[in-house]
Order: sequence, then structure tokens, then C-alpha cells
Amino acid sequence: MLKVNEISKVFNPGTVNEKLALDRLSLTLNEGDFVTVIGGNGAGKSTLLNAVAGTWYVSAGSILIDDVDVTRMSEHKRAKYLGRVFQDPMMGTAATMGIDENLALASRRGTMRGLGRGITHKEREHYKELLETLDLGLENRITTKVGLLSGGQRQAVTLLMASLKKPKLLLLDEHTAALDPKTAAKVLETTEQIVRRDNLTTLMITHNMRDAIAHGNRLIMMDNGHIVLDISGDEKKKLTVDDLMEKFAVAAGQEFDNDQAILG
Amino acid sequence: MFFTDFINALPGAVAQGLIWGIMAIGVYITYKILDVADLTVDGTMCTGGAVCVMMLTSGKPMWLALLAAVGAGLLAGLVTGLFHTLMGIPAILAGILSQLSLYSINLKIMDNKANQSLNARNFNLLVSLGNVKSAPVRIVDGHPVFNPIFLVAVVLILIIAVLYWFFGTELGCSLRATGANPNMSRAQGINTKRGVVLGLMVSNALVAFSSALLAQYQGFADINMGRGAIVIGLAAVIIGTVLFDRIFHNFALKLLAVGIGAIVYYVVLQLVLSLGVDTNLLKLLSAVVVAIFLAVPYWRKQYMSKPSKATEKKS
Repeated sequence: MLKVNEISKVFNPGTVNEKLALDRLSLTLNEGDFVTVIGGNGAGKSTLLNAVAGTWYVSAGSILIDDVDVTRMSEHKRAKYLGRVFQDPMMGTAATMGIDENLALASRRGTMRGLGRGITHKEREHYKELLETLDLGLENRITTKVGLLSGGQRQAVTLLMASLKKPKLLLLDEHTAALDPKTAAKVLETTEQIVRRDNLTTLMITHNMRDAIAHGNRLIMMDNGHIVLDISGDEKKKLTVDDLMEKFAVAAGQEFDNDQAILG
Repeated sequence: MFFTDFINALPGAVAQGLIWGIMAIGVYITYKILDVADLTVDGTMCTGGAVCVMMLTSGKPMWLALLAAVGAGLLAGLVTGLFHTLMGIPAILAGILSQLSLYSINLKIMDNKANQSLNARNFNLLVSLGNVKSAPVRIVDGHPVFNPIFLVAVVLILIIAVLYWFFGTELGCSLRATGANPNMSRAQGINTKRGVVLGLMVSNALVAFSSALLAQYQGFADINMGRGAIVIGLAAVIIGTVLFDRIFHNFALKLLAVGIGAIVYYVVLQLVLSLGVDTNLLKLLSAVVVAIFLAVPYWRKQYMSKPSKATEKKS
């Protein structure tokens, strides 16, 4: 499904701020994999996701989605394969447009946008039903501008948008990190529900070790632009936070340094 | 004395406001919808008129002259768009570069002259200052002669109707999304660069069309007729927003508000003129008024609201 071959990414090459954010990283995801990604700040988690999404091009290596080489494919063209939810709730939706209009935009991902109607009456009815499944009461405020929604509501809508047109790969970039714990749990629950319903291949970054363990069938840990740990199957099911910390210390040769990841 | 002066000049101010209303709607598309301040319009606001006047004086029919003016506007927008998207020049600078090059181009269009006149007596013009107080439609020598207020109002409403339709299409929605959130737009497969170019083209086409009408209305095209156009356009957008924001929520009504904003601008300008204010100070006055109105939403956000959770986290 996703094949990442030895990709590297250098930020600010040739300057004092030069940083090798990804170092010949390889990763293969199978169809239906739900992979959680953890790692400290600066480990390269978001860089990996952005490389796949095409926010910029990688410095070396190649990326294949469903056997299509997307390494030099622009972000908006690549979007037809991808559903994305960002860390910042503001980033995934157009604040000045209605919930319905945002969903309509997402439903046209990967299609030619011509002079047909931007949203039809029939679509609105369909979106109402979908919003009902979120259980946030949004189905009654379908034309409300997204900017008026709370962070959690916006992330839930963004999730719906990401999955409206079934993506080959769902990219979740710490999408619950900016939410309060209760809302985060609710959004995560919705995530699980949607991923299961559509059997989506998913790459989810999280700061929270417990979440990383509780969700998905495979867990990878990153450090310094490398994947230092890759656990799946039964081994992952039995995993505890203590195990993870220990494994990290062994794999990376240092203590896990992120308090938030431990306490969260 | 002052009052009769003002009343006498009122129809002219309204007609001029309506013509600039079309221009202001062009500015609205870039400034409000695409979130780009496009300074090309200072050049385009002359180009359209220059092209129109030269076409008419060389004996071309009205429809062709207007079409050519619109075409020139599209081209100007395209150039600014390519400066910005293809060459990575910041939007403001891209507009300034186009504006500067248009100064030379406009002179060349007008046969190296700073001014080209268009005598209403010799041409059957669409709008003319001379008819501003006559009946909506008269027949003179077998030709219909329109009152500019009537004609431009109809044209303005037609333009609003077409734009309302366009921004409801898939393509139009993608343009709105591009302005609202380019990151999200790209994630949803929208080519944001193409959107910006298209928006700039449509905007400048409207400005050039407005310019073509203005040149006919005043009976000449002048190299300076676009100077400060962006400020007038912004003033109209801001006045329209301030006056009608709370009552107009529909997109078509918002565009109408911009048109009305331009009329209000010109009526107030006329009022100031009738009061005997030095005309040399008018541009300074306009700039100050626009600056203050632009500052109001910023001040409101800065000093009158509590910091939100999202902004706290970012800092």
C-alpha cells in the first residue's frame, strides 16, 4: 500500500541550521494496517507524514502509494490518495465556509472541479446523516461556519472529510494533541470507528504512549530520523508503557526524554 | 449654496460610484476571497479605458472595444499571477511589478500620449456624463441612449448574478477554499496556485471593464486614472462591509454591499468637495480613512477579546 524507500530530508541545507530530519528511512505499510507512530520532539514523525503527503519533496529516496510513484507528484495531485487530519484544528477546515461546504470540498478530492454545482441538495441530506454518526449535534447546524465550532468539533469534521472519499491512506498528525483530554478521547474513538468501518490503511502520530499502544495493529517508534522500533501482532497487544520505555532506551541508547509522552 | 451644489452633483457621484463599484467587486475577489492584496489594479484601472478608447477611436464597434478591455484585464491578472505562483514573488510585490510595467504599456496603448479623449458627440457611447440627469432610456437618431446610472446599475446587478453563480460552482468553491485555507485546499486536492491565478484574472478583468466604462463616462482615458485605485476599491469594500455586515449574509448581497460602498464613497467625496475642501488633499484623506477602517478589526481582536486557547498554545 505505502512503500517508503530510503527517504532523507534535509532542512536548510548548507546553513548553520542544517538538519537531517529523515535519514534513509524505509517503511512499508500493508493494506489495512493501522500504524501508530511515537517518538520525542524532533524525531521526524511529522516530517515523515509531510513527506508522504507531499508538503515538500524529499531530498532522496522514493515514495510509492499503491505502486504509484508519488515522489515528485505535487501535494494537491497526491491528495487524491490521501486523507489528512492535522494537529492544529484550524488547519484542516476552511473557517469561513459552512460545515456542508467543507464536506462538499472534501467529497470532490481527486476529481476535476468544473462549473457543476459546488454542493447539491442531495449531498446535504447525505452529510446530515454522516454528521449524525459523530453524535455532536452538528447535523442540525449544517450550514454553520466551521470557524464557529470548537477544536474537537473541527477535528471530528476534518476526520469526516478525510474519510468522505475513501483514501488509500489516512494520515493523522497528532490530531488530538491540541484538545482537552475528554475531547481527545472522543475524537480518538471516532477515529477508531471510521478506520474500522472503512478498513482504512492509517498512519497515526501520537504523543501519547497509551494511545499508541491501545490503537492500531502496529507501532513504530522514531528517533533522530530513524525508525528505532517496529512492533506488530501479538507482541504489540501485550505491550505496556514500561516495556516501551525500556525498549526505547535500548534501541536509541538513551532515556526517553519526553515527559508529556510518559504522563499523557 | 452648498446644498444646491451638492444636490446638483449627486447624480454624477452616484454614476461614478456605480462604475467604481464594478472595480471594487474585482478588489473584493482578491482581497476578501483570495486573501491577496493585488496592486495590479492601479495599472489595470487605466489599461481597460485606454484599450477601449483606442479601439473606439479607430472605428471598432463597442462590443469589441469592451471585449478587448476585458481581455487586457485578464492578461494583466495572468501576468501578476505568474509572477506570484511561477516565480515565487510575494503577491504584493508581484502586483507592484505589474502595475509599474502597465504604466509603460498604457502609454504605448495610448499612442505615447498621457491622455486620449473620446468625444461623446462623435461616438455612440454606452455611458456618458452628459446623460446623467436624463431619462433611463431615450432614442436619439434611432439609437438608444442610456442614463449611466440606470445602465451601470443593471450591468452591476448582472455581474453580481454571474459571480454569485460562479462562486457556487465546484471551481468557485475551490477558489473560496484557496483563500480561506490554502493548506486544507491542497490536502483536498485543490491546485491553489491555479486558483490564485484564476482569481487574479477574473478580478483584473472586472477592473478593466470598469475602467472602460469610466473612460467613456468621463470622455477620456488618462495615464493617471488608476492612481490609488486600490485604495478606492478597498474603501468601497470596507464601507460596504461595515454598513451591511450584520444584515447581508448572502454572498450576492455582500457583493451588492461593495457596490453600494463605492456609491457611498463617491457621495461622501462629493460632500467633502462641496464643502470646499482642497481637492489636492483628497487622496490623503482617502488613505487615512481606509487606514483607520483597516485598523478597526485588528484593534478589536488585539485589545477587546480574551486570548483564546489556540493562540496560547501557539506562542
